[in-house]
Amino acid sequence: MEGTIPLTYYIIISAILFSMGALGVLIRRNALIIFMSIELMLNGANLAFVAFARNYHVITGQIFVFFVMTVAAAEVAVGLALIVAIFRSKNSIDVDQMSSLKG
Amino acid sequence: MENSGLFSLVPLIVFLPVLGLLTNIIFGQKLNEKAIGIIASTASGLVFVVSLLLGYGLLASGGHEQLVPLADWIQIGNLSIPWQFRVDTLSVTMMLVVSGVGTLIHIYAIGYMHEDVRFKNDTKRYARFFVFMNLFIAMMMILVSGDSYLMLFVGWEGVGLCSFLLIGFWYEMDTLARPSWANSNAAKKAFIANRIGDFGFLLAAFTMFWYFGSLQFGEVFASAEAIAASQPGVIMAITLFMLIGVTGKSAQIPLFVWLPDAMAGPTPVSALIHAATMVTAGVYLVARSWSLFNLVPEAQYIVALVGAFTALFSATIAVGQYDIKKVLAYSTISQLGFMVAAVGMGAYVACMFHLVVHAFFKALLFLSAGSVILGMERGHHHLPHHASGDGHSEEVFDPGDMRNMGGLRKQMPVTFWVYMIGALALAGIFPFAGFWSKDEILLDAARNHTLIYILLALAAFLTAFYMGRQIWMVFFGKARHEAADHAEESPKVITVPLMVLAGLSILGGALNLPYLENLGHWLEHSIEAVVEHGAEIQGYLAISWGGLNPVVALISTLVALVAIFLSWLLYGRRTLAKGEDDPLRKLLGPIYKVFENKYWVDEIYNAVFVNRFVDLAGFLAEKVDWDFWHDWLHDSVIARFFRWFTKFLANPIDLGIIDAISNGLANITQRSSNALRKVQNGFVRSYALSVLMGMVLILGYLLLK
Amino acid sequence: MDSMLIFFIVLALAAVASAVGLLVSRSAVYAALYLVINFASVAVFYLMLGAPFIALVQITVYAGAIMVLFLFVIMLLGAEKLPKGGSLPWQRPLAIGLSAVLFFEAGYLLLQKVQSSAVLLQPEAQINTMDAIRELGINLFSIYLLPFEVTSILLLVAMVGAIILTKQEKGAKE
Repeated sequence: MEGTIPLTYYIIISAILFSMGALGVLIRRNALIIFMSIELMLNGANLAFVAFARNYHVITGQIFVFFVMTVAAAEVAVGLALIVAIFRSKNSIDVDQMSSLKG
Repeated sequence: MENSGLFSLVPLIVFLPVLGLLTNIIFGQKLNEKAIGIIASTASGLVFVVSLLLGYGLLASGGHEQLVPLADWIQIGNLSIPWQFRVDTLSVTMMLVVSGVGTLIHIYAIGYMHEDVRFKNDTKRYARFFVFMNLFIAMMMILVSGDSYLMLFVGWEGVGLCSFLLIGFWYEMDTLARPSWANSNAAKKAFIANRIGDFGFLLAAFTMFWYFGSLQFGEVFASAEAIAASQPGVIMAITLFMLIGVTGKSAQIPLFVWLPDAMAGPTPVSALIHAATMVTAGVYLVARSWSLFNLVPEAQYIVALVGAFTALFSATIAVGQYDIKKVLAYSTISQLGFMVAAVGMGAYVACMFHLVVHAFFKALLFLSAGSVILGMERGHHHLPHHASGDGHSEEVFDPGDMRNMGGLRKQMPVTFWVYMIGALALAGIFPFAGFWSKDEILLDAARNHTLIYILLALAAFLTAFYMGRQIWMVFFGKARHEAADHAEESPKVITVPLMVLAGLSILGGALNLPYLENLGHWLEHSIEAVVEHGAEIQGYLAISWGGLNPVVALISTLVALVAIFLSWLLYGRRTLAKGEDDPLRKLLGPIYKVFENKYWVDEIYNAVFVNRFVDLAGFLAEKVDWDFWHDWLHDSVIARFFRWFTKFLANPIDLGIIDAISNGLANITQRSSNALRKVQNGFVRSYALSVLMGMVLILGYLLLK
Repeated sequence: MDSMLIFFIVLALAAVASAVGLLVSRSAVYAALYLVINFASVAVFYLMLGAPFIALVQITVYAGAIMVLFLFVIMLLGAEKLPKGGSLPWQRPLAIGLSAVLFFEAGYLLLQKVQSSAVLLQPEAQINTMDAIRELGINLFSIYLLPFEVTSILLLVAMVGAIILTKQEKGAKE
């Protein structure tokens, strides 16, 4: 399927998704929601990659997305393991309670 | 001219003594005494040889003056004063006298100072003596060989300095080696009295420069007559100012007071400087300026009067003195008076003749007196109580006091005979040298200025009298002190120069015998106005046996013989016993007291002049320097200001400002760190916010680039 | 073409709305489900952009594996609703502002590149699905072989790490 949708639109969507992911990271207190916002940011970036790859007719963008996804998966695995471990010690997933670095 | 080579040697007369003194300064402490003395005497002797060569050169070339320039000294605008030597018969005469007699005295001093430094316990000072002596010879040579009044003045001042240095040679003691200010005071007195004379000389030089535009002899003398015609007062002023200088340097009234005190110096000094050479500098000055003096007969008469009065005045004082050297000192003043009177009368040749022979026999007398003093010292040291080695601290023994002497002709025969010869020459007994020179002066005085003749004749009478008194008291009779009993003759190094001088005193008359007039012809080349007043003379004064007038000669011989007979009556027929007082006191009564106290001249000067300066010096030292300057200005004003200033700097500035700055910096650091610490609040979200903020900023920067 | 544009806009709205839902939902489970919708719309975007393989991988990996993992963990940890009111009240406005700035900056930056070399999508460019996959495969195993291998090691490490991190000490807890 091809389309006459200008690249600009995709880019705007990508930017919106990215900013919203950033906002989520900053606003939410639940560690899991924060993690999900990070995935949202990654998605936005992936969208931009693919849009540019299509635009310049190179495959490199898609390959990059491939790798990003792989790494995102690995990251999620480890990150959730971390959250589980933290929950075990603090019995909460509220990041505001993890403030022992306070100086 | 084939003799020009000889004349180019003339700078050596200055530089040889300088070389000698430099050698003795640098190596003096390492050489032994003999070497030091030989170096100094050789330097002086070589100067004599050079002077002989110069004289020979003049003789061979007809006696015309030679000008030998050495270097440019002062060049300001039109004024040019080079260092130029003038070799003419007058200056060569002076050179020969100074260097000849000077060399003999240097040799004498080798032996004399050897004993003197041991009596005064300071053998290290031996070299310094000869340094000063050579310096004196150099300065005197500059004086007599200069071609301008300024060069003459350089030497004039130089010999004054050497006089100061040598009179005050033993500056920390008096003549009896006790610690005292006496010697240095005497040196100061000489210097200051000379200075007053120098002031007169300077005035003369300034006036001369103002009106003549030059100080060179040639130029001044050439234009003298013209100036005298156009501005008559100038020459009179110049010559009278010069007279002040002469009274200072040649010890005439009123500035003679330094010469008796100068006997505090060692005897060779008295002989060289204060008998033979330095004091004749004044006479030389007048002789050199003959063309100026001849233009102002009134000034000449004043000069002659001053000389004649001084001659009589000091002869009277000499009669009442006890110290052997003081008698000779006043005798020197008296004889200088003769010389000054002679130049005042225009009898330049007679004056120079008397200058030369006086140098011979006065040096002889002084050196012999030194030998006598040394003999008394040796005798004193050999006395039994002295052998225990207590030194001179308890008894005050004055080896020069004639009241302690007596009968020395047995212990010191050589000294006795040379002293006799000197005394006879001084008294003017035929055929010794003094007779011829004094007679010439008296003849000129008798022919032209009766008053001066009378004064000089009286002085001659007294001269013979006090010399006779001295001889009877010192050499005849019985010793009045044990030291005189044990006195010993001096060594050869002392007696040989004495014998040479004695020979010269006997034969010196040959310099200018009345018929031959060698010196007169010699000096004619330099001094062209030899007095010849023959036309106006009448009567017995006009008789001339080949230049010698028998009447005057007979009168002066009679006068001298009567004086010697009188002295024998008082002192020789029945010699003075120990402790006995001078018989003249009974004869003259209070007048004798006046003579003995030298008319209280020093006391009068002190009261009227000197103490004013002392008071002023005291005032300046105490009130101005100490109270005002030190106490008030330094302590109160300056010190307090500094203390206040320090406190001011310390408290408000150092503490207030500088400390405040450093403390403030620390405070700022602390407060900012307190503030910044709040960033670490431990919340991950806020850290993420700061990360995002950084990212935004970087992106913004990249956008705007 | 208009239809495409409408389709695109609807899809875009879906994506943005689901993102907003993720941000505001109080329940973790709801948030996860919103995210799934977002992933799905993005996958359709990929399809529209001629990357079928990527689209399917997106659904398989992201929506299928990752979100399931998320849901499992939510279940494990208890998706309690966190109390309102946070410790940093000033954070919210600032964060919103910053995100807005970030959006504008990112958009501007990315679009600048486009403006300089604006190449509209050619209508005649037909995308053959198999061609895209073949090209992806070829590139992946030739030029980008090293990153491929490294990524495999990365996955191994992640697995091992996840296991170790969640391992319980013996007898510490049951």
